[in-house]
Parts: sequence; C-alpha cells; structure tokens
Amino acid sequence: MADQDQSNNFSVLIVDDDRIVRETNRRFTALAGTQKQLRMEFQEAENGKEAVYLHLAGASFDLILMDFQMPIMNGIQATQLLRQMGVKSRIVGVTSESDQQAFFDAGLNNCIQKPLNPAKIAEFLIVSKKRKRIGTSQA
Amino acid sequence: MDLLSQLRGQIADFSAFLHREGFVDDQFTQLQKLRDESSPGFVVEVVSLFFEDCEKLVNNMAKALEQQIVDFKQVDSHVHQLKGSSSSIGAARIHNVCIAFKTCCEDQNRNGCVRCLQQVNHECIQLKNNLQTLFNLEQQIIAAGGSIPAKQ
Repeated sequence: MADQDQSNNFSVLIVDDDRIVRETNRRFTALAGTQKQLRMEFQEAENGKEAVYLHLAGASFDLILMDFQMPIMNGIQATQLLRQMGVKSRIVGVTSESDQQAFFDAGLNNCIQKPLNPAKIAEFLIVSKKRKRIGTSQA
Repeated sequence: MDLLSQLRGQIADFSAFLHREGFVDDQFTQLQKLRDESSPGFVVEVVSLFFEDCEKLVNNMAKALEQQIVDFKQVDSHVHQLKGSSSSIGAARIHNVCIAFKTCCEDQNRNGCVRCLQQVNHECIQLKNNLQTLFNLEQQIIAAGGSIPAKQ
C-alpha cells in the first residue's frame, strides 16, 4: 500500500531568480498536479548554482523547471553541469527567448514559453514508468 | 437590485475594463483561478510582492541610469527580471514596456532607457491603483456576506 502511495509522489525543482515567478510557477504546477491526482513536492533554487548544489547534496527530482537567464549561473550552464553529473530528471526550460537551441544543446528535454500556466505544464507531469512499475509490483 | 448583485456587476465591469485597456491579460485570470478556500488572499499577496519588487527594481534602474557611465548590462538584468515577473502575473502593459526597454538597453540608448523607465513607473502606479480598486470591490462583497465570483 505504501509503495502504491509513493508512485503518485511527484517532486519538482523550480529554478528562477525571481520570487514572483517561483511562487506562480509553483502554484500553477501544484494545480496541474492535483488535477492529475499527483502528490506534489516542491523545492526552489534562486539560480543554477543552487540547483546544482541541491543535487550535490543528494536531492533528486522528477521534474526540473529551469529559467534561462539567471545571475551567478544561468540555465544553460546549470543544465550542462547537471547532465555531466548524471542527472536524468526531465529538465524543462522556461523562457521567453526565441532562440532555444543552445538551451536544448545543453541537455534540455523540453522548453515552455513564459508565462507558465497549468495547461502548459500538465504534459510534463508524468511519473516515470520505471517508478510506477516498481510501485505496483511490490503491492 | 440587491447590494451583492450590484457589487458583482461592478467587479465584472471593472475586470472587463482592465482586460480591454490592456492593463492585465489572460495570465491574470489564470492567477485568479488559483485562489481557493485554503489561500483566499493569494492574488493580493502575490500582487503585493510584485509591486514591492517592482519598486526596488525601478529604484535600482534609476540609480544605474544616473551614473556617468551606465552599466547597460546591469539595467538589462533588472528589466529582464521585471519582464519575467510582470508576465507571470499578467501585468501586460508593464511587460510590453519592458520589451521596448530591453531593446533600448541592447542599443545602449540612455535617453530611450530613461523614457522607458518613466513609462514603467507610470504603468506600475496605474496598475497598482486599478488592482487596489478591484481588491476593494472584492472585499466589499465578502463584507456583505457574499463570495468572490469564480473565474471561468
């Protein structure tokens, strides 16, 4: 029963230097997750470096929402580093930039145009099949 | 017409005005849909934070533009932040000014930047006043025993 419960857990890391954007992205993602009957958990990072440090400390996430332009370490640099570290999470870029190629080359899975809303985020709230299979097989 | 119906009508008309005049866009409606019983003051809280940050950013930009040698990269980073946060709450006019502002930064056009900053300041004040009017109407509905109309 506990494993089946865990299979509906969904962890999200929101990386953005603006607190308003972090708050609204978190709320919209939470709403989209609730609509998909997921139990959502959130962490936030103010820049790419904080996101990297979280992973170095052992954190892992189902989904990382990564802003493009941030001080200290931007989204491209952070995505590159995370992939070099072996992070397999789905990384979705959230940007208003039209030129996204460099962001994808860094290791993004997808990109969303700002601003975020529940409809845009819903398709990325997919619990990995591997985690779901483990959850149900141990029931 | 009873008081609640009157107030609901005023809110509907005022919301339509805000959208029609481009003060807010659909993203603001999306934000209003996040309001629920567990966080009834959510929109007011986020909007307050936004204007708090807006004021700081405008002051920082003003200081940067007063310097003899303007650091346009720094100004641009402030504009970028304001552009992002204004778009996330649906503050359409402010967002649009930021787009023009970014171009002035890229062109290292000080006079253009100063004009954009004045416009940003003006739009922030207008939006703040307009949203305060909207929130006051919503408070009147609650005080009269009603609930704020749900956004579709």
